[in-house]
Amino acid sequence: MTRTLEKTTTPEAPSLAHRLRALLFGRSAAIIALLVVVWIIASVSVENFNTPNTLYFLILDVFPVLLIALPMTFIIITGEIDLSVASMVGLSSVTIGALFQAGVPVPVAIVIALIVGLAGGAVNGFLVTTIGLPSLAVTIGSLALYRGIAVGILGTTAITGFPEMFGDLVKDRLFGRGTAIPGILIVFIVLAIIAIVLLHATSIGRSTYAIGLNKEASLFSGIDAGRLKFWFFVASGVVSALAGAFWTLRYDSARGDNAMGLELVVVAAVLVGGVSIFGGRGSLVGVIAGVLVIGALRSALRLADVSSDVINVATGLLLVVSVIVPSIISAVTGFAERRRAAAAAS
Amino acid sequence: MTLFSKRSRSGLALVALALGVSLTATACSAGGGGSEGGGDGGGASYDIAFLPKSLGNPYFEASDAAGKSAVEGFGGTFKEVGPTEATADGQVTYINTLTQQSVDAIVLSANDPNALCDALGEARDAGVAVVTFDSDVDPECRDIYVSASNAELIAKKQVDLIAEQIGGEGQIAILSASANATNQNAWIAEMETYLDSEYPDIELVDTVYGNDDDQTSFDKTEALLSTYPDLKGIISPTTVGIAAAARYLSTSDFKGEVALTGLGTPNDMREYVENGTVTSFALWNPEDLGILAAFAAKAMIDGDITGEEGDTFEVEGLSTDKTSYEVGADGVVTLGDPFVFTADNIDDFDF
Repeated sequence: MTRTLEKTTTPEAPSLAHRLRALLFGRSAAIIALLVVVWIIASVSVENFNTPNTLYFLILDVFPVLLIALPMTFIIITGEIDLSVASMVGLSSVTIGALFQAGVPVPVAIVIALIVGLAGGAVNGFLVTTIGLPSLAVTIGSLALYRGIAVGILGTTAITGFPEMFGDLVKDRLFGRGTAIPGILIVFIVLAIIAIVLLHATSIGRSTYAIGLNKEASLFSGIDAGRLKFWFFVASGVVSALAGAFWTLRYDSARGDNAMGLELVVVAAVLVGGVSIFGGRGSLVGVIAGVLVIGALRSALRLADVSSDVINVATGLLLVVSVIVPSIISAVTGFAERRRAAAAAS
Repeated sequence: MTLFSKRSRSGLALVALALGVSLTATACSAGGGGSEGGGDGGGASYDIAFLPKSLGNPYFEASDAAGKSAVEGFGGTFKEVGPTEATADGQVTYINTLTQQSVDAIVLSANDPNALCDALGEARDAGVAVVTFDSDVDPECRDIYVSASNAELIAKKQVDLIAEQIGGEGQIAILSASANATNQNAWIAEMETYLDSEYPDIELVDTVYGNDDDQTSFDKTEALLSTYPDLKGIISPTTVGIAAAARYLSTSDFKGEVALTGLGTPNDMREYVENGTVTSFALWNPEDLGILAAFAAKAMIDGDITGEEGDTFEVEGLSTDKTSYEVGADGVVTLGDPFVFTADNIDDFDF
């Protein structure tokens, strides 16, 4: 807490060299290094890991997580959370399925699903910012609400048989069959660049960190925390709906129970990526690396025929360690600094 | 300040190390991959992977264990992989993984008829034989479907059992697995038709879903009994569901008052048959199903069958005397009639 306060009250802006150094050797660098290490170990020890196909499947598998992790990063940095994202994926999927079944063209159905996502996000944002309820409580509620509506609309059925061209659109590889990159990745890259610029190079980004670091201080410096948070929740709803469209078309299956439990995967990836659950800290580069670390780890363990129970344990351990280790480091650093200060004073 | 620079130096060292190792590793794996690829090509092996709906389901543990001994019996390599939750996307990642590993055949029970199709298509393009058992995908997405029985026989058997137990009239409900389970929905549709035509005095008031999860099924049973105070019987056509429902009934006031039947395994149901909660229930032998699926996969790999109607193949080690099976329409191979377990015969079985 004392360290965070120091940061907000530092008067001069950090120098370019300082920022570069923080970028290279900060938490994101550690996650990227971890990703590289996981990838190397997997490539060396797991047969078939370092192939275009594995990378292709890996990207498709983590794609919804990558998408939703972008707005989730902003939300968690402000000190809030959105647990309704996976339910919104399901609701979006059902919206597209029901509309398609009623004869609405798929692109129109997707646009309507995105509007549903926008509305769902706005409800969360309104309850959190205007009414002032804790986001944890609000989004646990909307988690159940959106999932309930989704399962309620389609009941027990799954809508399938979407035109093949839409499935191809989300699955086709960018440069032909032998290559690794699905074309849909471009959507993520564009969104990621927008998000990175927004968070790391604009006043919106600085305000986002300020809200998470110190709510009161940000209030006094004239930041409209409520308005920012509201739009982050809206973005989260829209992006989750987009992930729902991807999910539906990839599996050619619109179902109310699609993406059950995905919210935990997203939150885990964001935390592994170095975002503090208490807000104020983290970077999008770290988060993207975090998603890929979890994806690569799970993919490698599956290829190595490790049982899925063990894979879940490994993923859980990674999450716990990545949340605990920074706390330990900062506790140790704090202790060392205090000792040095005490030595200097005496 | 000293601490910071020390940290950045070690960070730099780590990055350098990582880069260095990554260069050597890429070189290594490129060379290793080539030689291993050559080794895999020789000999007619049976590398067969079983992919159940989810791990830890005793029904699939029984069929997969029997599948394992069958595969090892004809000199193949067996493995069982699968997601911990019964979801289609979880199965897709495993199908992709098995395709990458170039197994010879995938034997799976599907969580969704459509969602797996694309991944199975990639597997078949890569030369993997695809055999479904217990729960099918769309016929064009696999080579062979090994069916335990047929939907009509299974549905009729369960309706007849519940009708007998409640005296042919009253309210009943169904506790199913997941809402998208292909086989469950097919049976339920057949049950509805059969109830309408044969038992006009029996009213099916609700169908609820326990998602093949013990706790959810338990809770749904409780909810059914509080929603419908006049309920006379429950049909649960899933082994997880019937066991959870039986556990609920056996410790409640409804024990002996509300009849329960469906599809269950003898080991799960033994204590409830002994304590009078359940009179009779049905199932085929899941071990036989696993064995039949394993031999269907072998026949596919050998090229003895292609999924065409009329193809025949040999099976060894079933609990019945049957050793030859014929592929029916749509590439379906049928094991046989469901079997009814009662207090008189349950102790003859152990699975």
